[in-house]
Amino acid sequence: MEGKPMMKCDVAVIGGGPAGLAAAIEAAKASKEIKVLVLERDHELGGILQQCIHNGFGLHFFGEELTGPEYAARFIDQLKDTGIEIWSDCMALELSADRKILAVSAQHGLTTIEAGAVVLAMGCRERTRGALNIPGTRPAGVYTAGCAQRLVNMEGYLPGKRAVILGSGDIGLIMARRMTWEGAKVEMVCELMPYSSGLNRNIVQCLEDNNIPLKFNHTVTRIHGKERVEAVTVAEVDPATRKPIPGTEQKVECDTLLLSVGLIPENELSRAAGVEMDPVTSGATVNEDRETSIPGVFACGNVLHVHDLVDNVSAEAILAGRAAGAYALNPRKEAGEYYNVRGQNGVRYVVPQRIHKDKTGKVDLYFRVGAAYKPAQLNIYSGDSLIASRKKAVMTPGEMEKVTLDMDKVKGDLVLSIAGEA
Amino acid sequence: MVERWDVVIIGGGVTGCAIARELSRYRLKIALVEAAEDVAMGASRANSAIVHAGYDAEPGTLMAELNVKGNAMYDEWCGQLHVPLQRIGSLVIGFNEEDKLEIEKLYQRGLKNGVPDMRIISGDEARAMEPRLNEKVICALHAGTGAITCPYEMTIACAENARQNGVQFIMNAPVRAIKPEADGFLIRAGESDLRARYVINAAGVYADDVSRLIGDHSYSVFPRKGEYMLLDKSAGGFKKVIFQTPSKLGKGVLVSPTVDGNAFAGPTAVDIQDKADNQVTDEGIAQLTGLSRKSVPSINLRAVITSFAGVRAQPSTGDFIIRPSEKHAHFIHAAGICSPGLTSAPAIAQRVADLLAGQGLELPENPEFDPVRLPIPAFRHMSNEERIQAIKANPAYGRIICRCETITEAEIVEAIHRGARSLDGVKRRTRAGMGRCQGGFCGPRVMELLSRELKVPMERLTKFGGGSNLLVGKLKEDK
Repeated sequence: MEGKPMMKCDVAVIGGGPAGLAAAIEAAKASKEIKVLVLERDHELGGILQQCIHNGFGLHFFGEELTGPEYAARFIDQLKDTGIEIWSDCMALELSADRKILAVSAQHGLTTIEAGAVVLAMGCRERTRGALNIPGTRPAGVYTAGCAQRLVNMEGYLPGKRAVILGSGDIGLIMARRMTWEGAKVEMVCELMPYSSGLNRNIVQCLEDNNIPLKFNHTVTRIHGKERVEAVTVAEVDPATRKPIPGTEQKVECDTLLLSVGLIPENELSRAAGVEMDPVTSGATVNEDRETSIPGVFACGNVLHVHDLVDNVSAEAILAGRAAGAYALNPRKEAGEYYNVRGQNGVRYVVPQRIHKDKTGKVDLYFRVGAAYKPAQLNIYSGDSLIASRKKAVMTPGEMEKVTLDMDKVKGDLVLSIAGEA
Repeated sequence: MVERWDVVIIGGGVTGCAIARELSRYRLKIALVEAAEDVAMGASRANSAIVHAGYDAEPGTLMAELNVKGNAMYDEWCGQLHVPLQRIGSLVIGFNEEDKLEIEKLYQRGLKNGVPDMRIISGDEARAMEPRLNEKVICALHAGTGAITCPYEMTIACAENARQNGVQFIMNAPVRAIKPEADGFLIRAGESDLRARYVINAAGVYADDVSRLIGDHSYSVFPRKGEYMLLDKSAGGFKKVIFQTPSKLGKGVLVSPTVDGNAFAGPTAVDIQDKADNQVTDEGIAQLTGLSRKSVPSINLRAVITSFAGVRAQPSTGDFIIRPSEKHAHFIHAAGICSPGLTSAPAIAQRVADLLAGQGLELPENPEFDPVRLPIPAFRHMSNEERIQAIKANPAYGRIICRCETITEAEIVEAIHRGARSLDGVKRRTRAGMGRCQGGFCGPRVMELLSRELKVPMERLTKFGGGSNLLVGKLKEDK
């Protein structure tokens, strides 16, 4: 890695979205002299929040309802009182295990940054049509929901007049409402699964309030139209095999297909650096400080695991930022000993994946279930004994769950498990 | 006044563009008319990207002769045009005694066709060359001259070089009528009328339709669809082009690396009715899945980035049709160019030049001919020292627009200046939007650059010309 000139900082935060901003602000609190640098690839800070002009952000973190840009502004405003340096329009190209970053921007050229600690906060990207292998033609008018959101909310253009949305992820639900409000007709939202991966409040506010049908166990089996989308074929799927049921096909005329079929953490830099990954989250494995397998490299936000609420991203980023600041000032020599944390029987994953044995007090565990449970009972086992149990009316894959662990009770590796059937 | 040309080439695929480039060596007034908004919009953008060794075609055919000749010309053409070419060699693999006989036949045919550097090898030797090969492979034909290239880049590079050397390109100009005249032809192409002394019909899958415009019904071109699955770089790393033993419909499904480090499986071979049918089907994907796993059981098809289909131009004659029309000797066919058309393109171009000379067209050397076409300098291929210099000279090299493929604003702007008019035009020239996110992030930013550089409003931008508009309009004004 030979970028010139060389620059040094205590904490380098890769990504200036909600995770990166909160982490940077928290890291800067470690000391008055600490030098924190944020690398942001877009023109402005705030990440995907800037295109989320609907409200519903901040209910948990700020106790009030904000739009995406307002939520971002709360953090951007806090930057003013700190010495945090921001490089925008700047792309991190490489990261090495010894925390050197090769970054490029028009303003700073090609630069190697030597960081005392690194916070990974690159966010995620959307799954595409190609990844789904939808048969048919390849016309204009097929967009991921987030791309359409940028076109509408940032650029001021309507991508289509009549849309079908595949996937009931939150961005798809939000875009169903947004397109409708802008005068487009949203024919339906098709969801392959028998449940939505989006938040219940979005299903109510975006679809039901606008009379947009949500079809569970349905998918798009073909795209029609040579130049622009002219129609899509929608079919019902067998819930057992998730394969289309012959004879249920229905051609729906539309000029646009929006895809909201999942988010993938953008971990190309982390993988190249050798960070250990969790195959379920597609993010790094971390300890309670959100430190990855590489000492001094932390991860938070959607690059670590896909969140449904930005409030949780901010809370997680504060943990990572605080620990990164502390590490930069006083690098720990020993990795320490860990209890491993994992999910089973319905618990798809748990973050963090390990907790220091000498950790005291409380630790919040975040997890997702793999199916809908009504009601649901979560059991936490440590060693061989049940140390805690939580009951909830509903747990669904669309909503991330949190449970607080009392470290006094922990005697061995931790297992989170759902009691009962989906 | 209708402009008069020495030669009008119909069709901007690899055949037409290679002919344009070859003819630009001579002092001729040449125009190329293309129905679409860009070159390489037909079979040239969606094929296997293989420079074939030449053992497939029957000895004595034009396909056999031009394949072997074309293959040998690729190093020089790609060198001058700066098109990627990797001579990685190809394998035709056999699983049983029947395949073994077929491979022996291919070998003998290759010898007759003059293919150098072929060897029949054992399954173990083949696996040493390509470790991911099925362990049930018992033998293989290795052809050292088999290579991979980038077919649309080859086409674009030929077109750019031809343009540098004076060839005029007229886009969005489908040929609707050709009227023979005393000394040539009057051609109606899109909104333009052109007079030409000589016409070259390189209209790909539509060449028979073009031929019929002058009353020549001597052949037909049948569309044959081939579907492909393109895999992410994480599923790449193949060392060889891997063919299965061929069948009547084609060379079978192959697994191959691309020059960019991805991998693909394909093509299927389905005879279709509609020449513009590039739909991907469930059946096609299922077939590719099964057949590619036969060659490489460990192939990671979940890493598919995109699937696509191309339509090959199958000649009714079973061989390339490269000859003067029986109706008009100054109307030269370069038609029915199916596989190995990409490989043969440079040799086809030379042959067409010879045919023109044979029909009385004088070919005086063009003293200003420059065979070198420089590529768009790619940030991702530069050393860090080169990157620093590039950014110093042009800060737009410091702005990454396509994060997945690391493509800068400078490259995209240069592609637009070289003729990209659409999102796909930029993509083929720079790779912006070809990565994991498939343009989800960079699409809107590339659109902004197209709009800015071409001074075209956003709502008029297209994915690939025609009616492929990306946006339906501005949002209604607030209040």
